Amino acid sequence: MSELAFFLGCIIPNRMPEIEKAARLSAERLGITLSDMGGASCCPAPGVMKSFDQTLWLKLAARNLSIAEAMGCDIVTLCNGCYGTLKDASMELREDPALCASVCEALRPKGYDLAVVPDVYHFVEYLYHTYGVDALRERVTTPLSYKVAVHYGCHLLKPTKYRQGASSERPTFFDELVEVTGATSIPYAEKASCCGAGGGVRSGLKDISLAMAQKKVDSIKGADCIVTPCPFCHMQLEQVADIPVLHYVQLLALSLGVQPGEMGLEVLP
Amino acid sequence: MKCGTCSGSCPSGRVVAFRTRALVEARATGTIDYDDPSLWYCTTCYTCMERCPRSIDITDEILHIREEAYRLGKVLEPHKAVLTYIWKTGHAVPINDAVREKRVRLGLSEEPPTTHRHADALAVVRALMEEEGVTNE
Ligand code: SF4
Repeated sequence: MSELAFFLGCIIPNRMPEIEKAARLSAERLGITLSDMGGASCCPAPGVMKSFDQTLWLKLAARNLSIAEAMGCDIVTLCNGCYGTLKDASMELREDPALCASVCEALRPKGYDLAVVPDVYHFVEYLYHTYGVDALRERVTTPLSYKVAVHYGCHLLKPTKYRQGASSERPTFFDELVEVTGATSIPYAEKASCCGAGGGVRSGLKDISLAMAQKKVDSIKGADCIVTPCPFCHMQLEQVADIPVLHYVQLLALSLGVQPGEMGLEVLP
Repeated sequence: MKCGTCSGSCPSGRVVAFRTRALVEARATGTIDYDDPSLWYCTTCYTCMERCPRSIDITDEILHIREEAYRLGKVLEPHKAVLTYIWKTGHAVPINDAVREKRVRLGLSEEPPTTHRHADALAVVRALMEEEGVTNE
């Protein structure tokens, strides 16, 4: 049984707790222990904090990483934004020992340390690379028949200098994870396009942001739903789509036999 | 740096007049207009950076330009509000009563096990912000 430090972020616990519930129920059925990270904060939000002050961005991220280190666990998250921040920060700290030392110096008097930088996974990356698609397939009890428009989101894949995948242009791993549930991933023209929410554009310049989402969603034909690995992409696409949007863990939970009502899933594809 | 791959890849550039190449060039020549709202059009999708044939870290460049804008006090109001939320609660998106109720209905803890439940952790977040001179007060 593997134990992981469960990084919640902001949007999931504070706006979309049904995704948190679906993740906890799915993990239980998969034999994965998600342990809470007491006192974790915002990752911090890459769009705003990384645009304003990168030293502070790194220190706040390092404090979150340090909570997992103290637990002796690697980190798993359900949000591309949190993943982007924590993964990029962990890689920067590993690549630059002097930088890591100066960050630790700021953290230590406050009761945090980072002698070892934990590994950071997006939950879907963990499922694919560590848990394994075949092991996952064995746990599916309720195969689904949805046609799914798969949206990866940018920060799951990029920057590739800090990601497992060699190229971000034609990934397939997330489609495979979607299809393990019995669903079919259907092609669409703007599959690789950004949802438009990131970089502070959604909070700062909503019209421009939604125009990007609209372009993307308009190219989806014949899907029953959109599936994303990110609550921020989720909120964004939901605002312009006329089909339901699900987080991957919600789709997965359904295929593992979780009842929609158990996880507060109100709109089914 | 004239090929234009970056501008052609940009999702923002498809919906609004935003030319990635012009922005990166303006930084190189010291002619950035920090009042230009297009500094904030980039979604940080990293497509340009991945495709740049000269391996220029374009998205990172844009983030540095924004840092400079922040230091000059030229930021968008909604972004300042995000900073205030982090200062007050540790979260860019804090919880509210409707979500507390929803959490309870789902059988989750009313408050998540984050800075929302750990005042000592929030104090450390604030101390780190203060040390960087980012208090938003
Ligand atoms: S990272 Fe920014 S500038 Fe580059 S393509 Fe994406 S939105 Fe455009």
